[in-house]
Amino acid sequence: MYVSYNWLNNYVDLGDISPEELAERITKSGIEVEGIEYVGEKVNDVVVGHVLTCEQHPNADKLNLCQVDVGTETLQIICGAPNVAAGQKVVVAKPGAVLPGNFKIKKVKLRGVESNGMICSLQELGVKEKFVPQEFVDGIYVFQDEVEIGEDVTPLLNLNDAVFELDVLANRADALSMMGVAYEVAAILDEQVTYPDETIESNESECAEDYITVEVAAQELNKYYGAFIIKDVVIKPSPLWIQNYLLAAGIRPINNVVDITNYVLLEYGQPLHAFDYDRFASNTVLVRRANEGEEIVTLDGQTRKLTRENLVITNGSVPTALAGVMGGLDSEVTDETSTILLEAAYFDGTTVRKTVKQTGLRSDSSTRFEKGVDPKRVRKAGERACHLLEKYADGKVLQGLSEYDGLDYSEKTVVIETDRVNERLGSSMKNEEIADILHRLQFIFEQDGTTFTIQVPTRRQDITIFEDMLEEIARIYGYDNLPYTLPKGEGQVGGLNHVQQLKRNIKSLLEGLGLMENKTYSLTDEHDIEKLISPEIIKKSPVPIALARPMSEDHKYLRLSILPGLLQSLSYNQARNQMNIAYYEIGSIFVSEEEQITKQPEEILRAAGAITGNWVDHPWQGEVKPVDFYVVKGIVEGLFEQLKLSIQFEPVKLEDMHPGRTAVIKRNGQVIGFLGQVHPLLAKRLDLKETYVFDINLDAVFAAYENEPSYTEIPRYPAISRDIAFILDKEVLAGDVQARIAETGAPLVKSVAVFDVYEGEHLEAGKKSIAYHLVYQDPEKTLKDEEVEASYQEIVKAISDEFNGYVRS
Amino acid sequence: MKEQLETIQQEALAKIEDAEGMTSLQDIRVAYLGKKGSITKVLKGMGQLSPEERPVIGEMANKVRNIITEAIEEKAAKLEEAALNEQLEAETIDVTLPGRKVNVGGPHLLTSIVEEIEDLFIGMGYEIKEGPEVETDYYNFEALNLPKDHPARDMQDSFYITNELLLRTHTSPVQARTMESYKGERPFKMICPGKVYRRDSDDATHSHQFTQIEGLLVDKNVRMSDLKGTLDKFAKQMFGKDREIRLRPSYFPFTEPSVEMDISCKVCNGDGCSVCKGTGWIEILGGGMVHPKVLEMGGYDPSVYSGFAFGMGPERIAMLKYGVSDIRSFYMNDIRFLKQYHHA
Ligand SMILES: [Zn+2]
Repeated sequence: MYVSYNWLNNYVDLGDISPEELAERITKSGIEVEGIEYVGEKVNDVVVGHVLTCEQHPNADKLNLCQVDVGTETLQIICGAPNVAAGQKVVVAKPGAVLPGNFKIKKVKLRGVESNGMICSLQELGVKEKFVPQEFVDGIYVFQDEVEIGEDVTPLLNLNDAVFELDVLANRADALSMMGVAYEVAAILDEQVTYPDETIESNESECAEDYITVEVAAQELNKYYGAFIIKDVVIKPSPLWIQNYLLAAGIRPINNVVDITNYVLLEYGQPLHAFDYDRFASNTVLVRRANEGEEIVTLDGQTRKLTRENLVITNGSVPTALAGVMGGLDSEVTDETSTILLEAAYFDGTTVRKTVKQTGLRSDSSTRFEKGVDPKRVRKAGERACHLLEKYADGKVLQGLSEYDGLDYSEKTVVIETDRVNERLGSSMKNEEIADILHRLQFIFEQDGTTFTIQVPTRRQDITIFEDMLEEIARIYGYDNLPYTLPKGEGQVGGLNHVQQLKRNIKSLLEGLGLMENKTYSLTDEHDIEKLISPEIIKKSPVPIALARPMSEDHKYLRLSILPGLLQSLSYNQARNQMNIAYYEIGSIFVSEEEQITKQPEEILRAAGAITGNWVDHPWQGEVKPVDFYVVKGIVEGLFEQLKLSIQFEPVKLEDMHPGRTAVIKRNGQVIGFLGQVHPLLAKRLDLKETYVFDINLDAVFAAYENEPSYTEIPRYPAISRDIAFILDKEVLAGDVQARIAETGAPLVKSVAVFDVYEGEHLEAGKKSIAYHLVYQDPEKTLKDEEVEASYQEIVKAISDEFNGYVRS
Repeated sequence: MKEQLETIQQEALAKIEDAEGMTSLQDIRVAYLGKKGSITKVLKGMGQLSPEERPVIGEMANKVRNIITEAIEEKAAKLEEAALNEQLEAETIDVTLPGRKVNVGGPHLLTSIVEEIEDLFIGMGYEIKEGPEVETDYYNFEALNLPKDHPARDMQDSFYITNELLLRTHTSPVQARTMESYKGERPFKMICPGKVYRRDSDDATHSHQFTQIEGLLVDKNVRMSDLKGTLDKFAKQMFGKDREIRLRPSYFPFTEPSVEMDISCKVCNGDGCSVCKGTGWIEILGGGMVHPKVLEMGGYDPSVYSGFAFGMGPERIAMLKYGVSDIRSFYMNDIRFLKQYHHA
């Protein structure tokens, strides 16, 4: 909502408070002033001039030589504007004037002819283009009103006005009007409010009811409908001051009738609509729900198809307006209009909102109906408009009006009590202070000791309960004046719970392992929704969850894997020549097994990582190694080692993953994630170098995790180590052999680790050699060589039996 | 013999002095102190001496031996040191060559900020609560005093999945769920961080996905001044002791009275600049006293309990604190962006 300082000054005496200071005080009291814009600048020696003659400059085609009467004298002025003409009243900067930008006006000679001043455009007076009427954007300004020759133009053109941009929040519908803002400012400044003139002077014998009957069929959606009739109107430009205020409010002037309805809309916050009575073509207004499929051509020339949800004004047969939203083209006021049917009505906000959503037609009118208008101002706004139409459109207002009235004008009562106010605010206000605040708000109340029974005026529909009144008191008292205290209640011990702590630890571990945290979007597109989903999730046959109304195709589905987002991050970086990237993200995926989703999906927390480029990057000592499978596996193993959770890996084939370099991660036989190389074809599509990923179900980790590690005595007896190398078939998995060794050697074998893998010329084709380092230890006593030897032989036998492997000599 | 020993001593000391390496020093040791060395030879000739002279010469011979031994050891130490120095000199490397890079990761800036705020409130006794990102209309709106058709629902145009399910538009549903879980029976304080979603087109200042942290305290006799005091503490910790806070009235359907909190602009110290749009203040969070309807729907009797709530956006805080100018930077994951902040 734009509020002109000068306009506001008509309703509240602003004294000499500067716009900046007023803005600050309005903001602090609850309606944020987001900006202040000045219309122009106050100028001296710039006056109204009358162009007596206008001839072509003797020495220049495009210049005019004008004689201009400025009241005190007649000045010869050369003017280059295309729209200058004799008879016009124009803006003249006399010699000695200083225009914005420190442009000094002097007597000059142009092509040998004297010029004593300048005829100005509004922009030359510092007026921003948005405040300039359309027809004068490209030339000098020409007054259309009766103005005195020689008059100072600063007040005439409202040049010294400041316009506030108010951010009016949903509850303060009252502040969507100049009157509402006036009440607000009056409370802030402790001033009185001056009401606009609503008197109707016409003394017509005819009554509005002779011309029109109002019938409301949809009474639940239209609590009030008033119809005024104004005859003999003359359509012309509205007076300059109305135009100025409309421009300041961001509305372009059109003609006196339209401008007056807009002016009153801004002044009272009550939308009005003027129909051309003759084109309305009926003497009945019927307000009803639209019929399914019914059509109306709105003012903007669009044909709108309607439903039962829409409320329409009809002439008894066809719709002539979309109630509260936009008028119909057929009954629009034109230059030929002479009789006006003026509507002042109260339409249901929800219905207006639905219609706005359906048609996309948001307007100053609809916004106000949506938020609720003041019941007591509906008819008054109509009267105010009649008053202005009389004065500025030569209209004759017929007696009375035709109306349907089902409005509730009652005022709510809210009771407050001084102690309770202070208890809730932490303040120590006295009765008198509260009474003073209520006076300033112009609320009527009765005081009984410390109890105030307040009648809430209808303009403040937002105040219904104690807490609402508490806010009123607090904001006029000033939030600044409340003390700083801390809650008195019993202390609660704060902290992270077990899972939250664990999550933080896992993040630190992954970061310590060299990964940088990412934040990617949960919403993804139709391609990525299917990619790189962990096998245990695939098993659930998840149905992608789509938004009903996505903003774009890129963000349409709730992700089933974090990895596609991470790959996009990698791709983004490699495209910017950042080649070595190691990222992880912890976040949820959204799994629903329902064909048509009806209940909240399962949100599974995952830790996913993606690495591309060089993992070791130390070129000058010749050590450069791209990331490989075992880097990613090392990270996953490192994480689980730190978590003290044992996991196993098994080869797996997954779509979009390298068929020979992918494994599932299992814990106690359950799949809890996977890792491996992204399929080279997918990597290529994303312009990625060789890339490795992992994806772990953190919910499964949390479930498995025991937070209290038990203490194990550090062994006191010496360990004995043995190395064994087996010759095995190439297909045998090192992990399987290792598991068998550990199993057979238990409990004396404490650890088994691969330390060499060999394939090549010294071995038979199809064979490989894998060497394991075994550590034997007995916690109870020193091991004997014979015990170790016996175990060793058992292991050799087991590997021979199970894998057909033999010891490499 | 006495003269002989003196000559030996002089000669030996001179040779030791001149010795250039461990080998020549070893030779000297053998030549003078060895089994066939000069001193031994002298001692062998002691038989010819009178019994009175013998101990005198013997003692002298020992003295000479000790002097020579000591001199040899001293010289050996010097030679060793010289040799070591020479070796170390030869081992000199170019210390300006780059070191071997260790891969270092780090948290995302938003995580750092969220955790900083979490820790700050944990210090004031708050617990942390989390909740689902796909919410029901009831918890996201209705339980927060936003019935269907409430005009304020426009303030947060939402991503609906069905008529009843949507991506949460704020983390407030976690508050509603928490109240419900405590069954109106106990006071509590909590904060809830998390991802939220709004139907916005992504641009420099809007993101369809962003982060929010909200706080809620419910107890008997909670005052608005308590909210003011708590937020003041938070702001000073988060933004610096010299920052001032200002509360302005505002509107949220779930609080009444409602507040908007500004902090004095750090860039211009309140004088007005482009960052604060000339006002000297920067809007940082919203909050207020919990609306009695919200308490009631959460199972708390508003005539017994009151509370305050507040909410803020870590993206916005990061943008103000670190001068990040485009909200999309948080989700692009440009390594150069992430590295700048991961110490935070
Ligand atoms: Zn500033």
